[in-house]
Amino acid sequence: MINEFLKMNGYGLYVWSAFTFTFLSFTTLYLITKIQYVRERNKFVSKFGALDSKRSQVARSQTINREILSSSQSI
Amino acid sequence: MFKIFEPSKIFLITSKAPKYVMVLFAVVFTIGLLEALIFSPEDYKQSHSVRIMYVHVPAAWISLGIFSSITFLSLSGYIFKNKNFFLIAKSLAPSGFVFNIVALVTGSIWGKPTWGTWWAWDARITSMLILALFYLMYLVAWRIYEDKEHVLKITTIITILGIINVPIIKYSVDWWNTLHQPASINVLSKSSIHSSMLFPLLIMTAAFALFSLLIFLMKYNTELIKIKNKGLDRL
Repeated sequence: MINEFLKMNGYGLYVWSAFTFTFLSFTTLYLITKIQYVRERNKFVSKFGALDSKRSQVARSQTINREILSSSQSI
Repeated sequence: MFKIFEPSKIFLITSKAPKYVMVLFAVVFTIGLLEALIFSPEDYKQSHSVRIMYVHVPAAWISLGIFSSITFLSLSGYIFKNKNFFLIAKSLAPSGFVFNIVALVTGSIWGKPTWGTWWAWDARITSMLILALFYLMYLVAWRIYEDKEHVLKITTIITILGIINVPIIKYSVDWWNTLHQPASINVLSKSSIHSSMLFPLLIMTAAFALFSLLIFLMKYNTELIKIKNKGLDRL
């Protein structure tokens, strides 16, 4: 039965390769986007850490900066 | 007028949304795959090869939808002088491009058992390839032009030129004799596809739309953090 499902009347190779290509494209796009996000966020955190107390206070006054620092999302 | 589009307000939502969208995507995609690969019937003519439709058609629809949105956002950005529209458009482009490539490759794989060839320079396929080139030009333009004003102008011109191709893609199967079959789904008239195939197709379209939303949110957050990184340099 599983063999039949995989072979799909002789069209299995075409069907599975189309679905596999789609899945691999999605995974690659997701990983690239995720890596870019983590890299930028880490850069932001390290830059923020290097600020002196006065500048850090100014930067912290912006809501978006606080959000970036607190966002520990697991996407 | 567009205070709702202020990046700081949007980031409050976009920074939290991806994990929920990811869960929703996983659920809808799993249902879609079960429907597409197991529960939907085989076609009386194309047999099981028809299952390729469940990835090919949603990918094509979404790539066309995203390109149209990018054009609309770029033009709106210019008209209303709102740079955030350009940022949203830029964040949409990578998933649109990948969906375009998926549509081309899966179409090519479907073409072999159906038409006996991997590729034909027919109107529908060629116009989809041209759309992929416009996507590529748009993405490359953002990478190579440093000058902000310059890149906004160039990317808008690319989208305006590219949008001319969208109705050509849609009506290519009616205007020319093509290998590609005419549309089976019509919004205004009765569709020629059976509900047992239409249902999985719509589920897969929803799953693909959720995936492009997920990528958009992640990309948009990355772009905002990039801007904030430059802001820290100026402090």
